[in-house]
Amino acid sequence: MKKKKNQTRFNWALYLMLIPAFIYLLFNNYIPMTFTVIAFKRFNFQKGIWGSEFIGLDNFKSLFSTRDSWIIFRNTVGYNLIFIAIGLFVGLTLAILLDELNSKKGKRFYQMSYLIPYMISITVVSYIVYALLSMDTGFINNSILAPLGKERVSWYTKPAYWPFILVAVNQWKWLGYNAIIYYSSVISIDASYYEAATIDGAARYQRIVYITIPLIRSTIITMTLLQLGSIFRSDFGLFYQVPMDSSALMNVTNTIDTYVYRGIKSVGTLGMSSAAGLYQSVVGFVLILIANGIVRKIDKDSAIF
Amino acid sequence: MPGSAFCSGLCFAQDCVLLRSCTIIIRRLEVKMVKRDKVFQIIDHLILFVVMLFCILPLLLLFSSSFSNEAAIINKGYHILPRSFDLTAYQYIVNGSSGILRSYGISAVITVVGTLGNMVFTVLYAYPISRMDLKGRTFFSFFLFFTMLFNGGLIPTYMMWTNTFHIKNSYLAYILPNLLVNGFYVIMARNFFAANIPAALLESAKIDGAGEFRILRDIVLPMSKPILATLGLFVSLNYWNDWQNGLYYISNDKMYTIQVLLNRMLLDTLYMQQGLAKTMHSSIGASMPTATLKMAIAVLGAIPVLIIFPFISQYLSGGIVVGAVKG
Repeated sequence: MKKKKNQTRFNWALYLMLIPAFIYLLFNNYIPMTFTVIAFKRFNFQKGIWGSEFIGLDNFKSLFSTRDSWIIFRNTVGYNLIFIAIGLFVGLTLAILLDELNSKKGKRFYQMSYLIPYMISITVVSYIVYALLSMDTGFINNSILAPLGKERVSWYTKPAYWPFILVAVNQWKWLGYNAIIYYSSVISIDASYYEAATIDGAARYQRIVYITIPLIRSTIITMTLLQLGSIFRSDFGLFYQVPMDSSALMNVTNTIDTYVYRGIKSVGTLGMSSAAGLYQSVVGFVLILIANGIVRKIDKDSAIF
Repeated sequence: MPGSAFCSGLCFAQDCVLLRSCTIIIRRLEVKMVKRDKVFQIIDHLILFVVMLFCILPLLLLFSSSFSNEAAIINKGYHILPRSFDLTAYQYIVNGSSGILRSYGISAVITVVGTLGNMVFTVLYAYPISRMDLKGRTFFSFFLFFTMLFNGGLIPTYMMWTNTFHIKNSYLAYILPNLLVNGFYVIMARNFFAANIPAALLESAKIDGAGEFRILRDIVLPMSKPILATLGLFVSLNYWNDWQNGLYYISNDKMYTIQVLLNRMLLDTLYMQQGLAKTMHSSIGASMPTATLKMAIAVLGAIPVLIIFPFISQYLSGGIVVGAVKG
């Protein structure tokens, strides 16, 4: 039987299978990309996207010059940096602690319990936060501050507390996920490294610092770089729902994403919101490319492409 | 060494003493190490336990608040343990409200339909691009992959679905935007097919005269139970928890899913008293137990996820999320 030299052939059935998702992605992802021209226009509902007046980079100029814009960029990037740093510290620590634990049942039990917050929707989380921080009925005001003789705090109107609150909520949701990612890296380290170290008299902390961490270096770098690639994106639910859209807290909770959403509601700022969204997408894309390029240099297998 | 018997005997004796001393030292060291290890284990457990409390106690607060007496909560605030165990909030939901149960039902149906749709679209795309012999494989892979790197953003997508497809205030708005095909999961499925469906098997099936759809249905799918299960669990989690599509596209409060309902109730303090109360034909007579009712509805929003959770956890640990996407 003659072997076909040409390995690929036109297989109509397989192409048929591709059609549904292909069309969906075309409409959900690719065609909307062309709508981003709104960012360059003064949008007018009557004239629609294509009829509206082209104004070049004016929207971007407005976007970067308003006082709001400094705030949203500062919030978005600032919170992300904190989330990344703390997330790494907590996730790595938990992963190592889990690995060092002798009890198998313990490992499984703790892992499962850390993952539960990850499954809860941010909407439900905002209710938990409400149950804690509500002025009249909140757990903290009633069961912690009052017995200590301290006055109630109106949490939802005091911006100063919210960076801490948001970091805590973010960690609550994500520490399990982070811990698992690092944990699966840690357990893939060959046991013989540790055995050799123990024979040479290494103490536990030495094992961790000189073996564990260096060997999962690539996972750490990959995770961090990929998160940095998304530095202009924020968790919309965290910054919109958890603070209950409180106007008093805007300066510390408004991010690019919430700004864009609020822009939809009022057509006046639709142009600037579109500019912000486009900025996010383009810069995010470039950052991911850069991040991936760097990751590739360090450890080819860890790169996404 | 001048081997006299006396010398080697002496050496042997010295070796024995040396050996015995060493053993004693090692055993003492072992005991010391075991003790140090025990201490470490206790500290380890302690830290991990405290973190576990950090994760679980807030949920306990939520659950307990829903099972409490309304008046007690108003007086003394939400608490980690129920204040006067009371099922009023839940009774109110079950007896009085068509609104809340309706939302629950809508969430359930949307989740099932959405998940099935997503799985069909995903498998139908992932399988061909996992096949080495597909011409244009790189193009289609990239077509999918690029959507994960760059998208138009909220406003363009919103315009697409409202102006072109008019799905505002339609149930399709819960299913179609963004959730129907997820690049992450398609790649996960593609990797699975590529790694687990041997080309030889496909070859022999083709020689036997089977068509592509038949191969997919009778050979590939039965072998793909693990990935289908993983996909199903993750996708249904996403659909159940999604609140954004509802927020953007649905303003008719008869069409709310439970997440959208929760969102509206929390952000719009009047909604509960006025909007929601309209949907209740309450037979309980007493006024709406707002404080506990809020928590009860939130609990409803979290319950299905918590039930499915044990099944998901086995797929999450072991790095399937990380490992499956690379490559």
